Amino acid sequence: MLPVLPGVATFGVISGVAMVGSGMTPLAAMAMSAATYAGTAQLAALQLLAAGAPMVVILFAALVLNLRFALYSLSMAPHFRDATTPRKWLYSYLLSDNGYAHFITRYSTHPEEPGKVGYYLGACTVIWTVWQASTALGVAVGAGIPTEWRLEFTVTLTFFALGISVIRDKAMAVAAATAAITAVLAMGLPYRLGLLVAVAAGIAAGVAAERWTP
Amino acid sequence: MDPLTAWLLICGLAVTSFVPRGSFILFLHRLPLPAVVQRGMRFVPAAVFAALVIPDIAFAGGALRLGLENPKLIAVLVAGPVAWRTRNTLATIVAGMAALHLADRLLV
Repeated sequence: MLPVLPGVATFGVISGVAMVGSGMTPLAAMAMSAATYAGTAQLAALQLLAAGAPMVVILFAALVLNLRFALYSLSMAPHFRDATTPRKWLYSYLLSDNGYAHFITRYSTHPEEPGKVGYYLGACTVIWTVWQASTALGVAVGAGIPTEWRLEFTVTLTFFALGISVIRDKAMAVAAATAAITAVLAMGLPYRLGLLVAVAAGIAAGVAAERWTP
Repeated sequence: MDPLTAWLLICGLAVTSFVPRGSFILFLHRLPLPAVVQRGMRFVPAAVFAALVIPDIAFAGGALRLGLENPKLIAVLVAGPVAWRTRNTLATIVAGMAALHLADRLLV
């Protein structure tokens, strides 16, 4: 079993509950889950919709939240260089935080290891299936889960564990700490732009730390 | 939610979720990348996860709370060493959730 699955499953249930909770029909909720496959963007979009934001703002916010996928895409592209175009569509669609983190923690140290694309496809298919199944479960039980269980915090803990597991050296720790502090300071920015500012600051700090430390 | 809004949202989210994912894998793979960008790539995961997680822990009800009266902060103080030692997501979640609920009880 992949270590990320409990987090994926809980986030899936939460997202399913949130979709029916915001008044979507079960069919529309599952269509959104299949077509989007981006829990953070889905939850943010529903929050904004409930707050009365116009569609353009909602979609822009979703795009901003999803821009981290462009960074993963950039990082994954060399691994998929030799794949056919239909396969690249599939690999792109399946790209997720957990799939990326799982793949990159395994292959960033040994990029030439054979069978890595098959490994990616296998891991991502499992993650996708667990996500859709747990979303369906969330849609089915609806608001039946008590909010005082605070299941939403398991999502934070999943990313927290993943974050710690990718920190391998001092420069990486500098990047993470800088991104964290910047994200807190930039909380006031609209549309969660602070996330992007923080990531940019973290990357810059990491590159600088690598260059200037012996 | 009316059906038109729901399906507009679904189509819009489908596009805004797929384009970033496909960006470099499908569309921009011939774009030559400067060396500094390639060096920066390895910091992406650490920076993204830190930026996603830390504000969620540090803020409660819209205000910055960095004291021990913040149960989420206590939860990650417990979960952090577990994550570091075990490198296991499930163990981290269990430790963090247990600490969160315990802190909630004790702090009421």
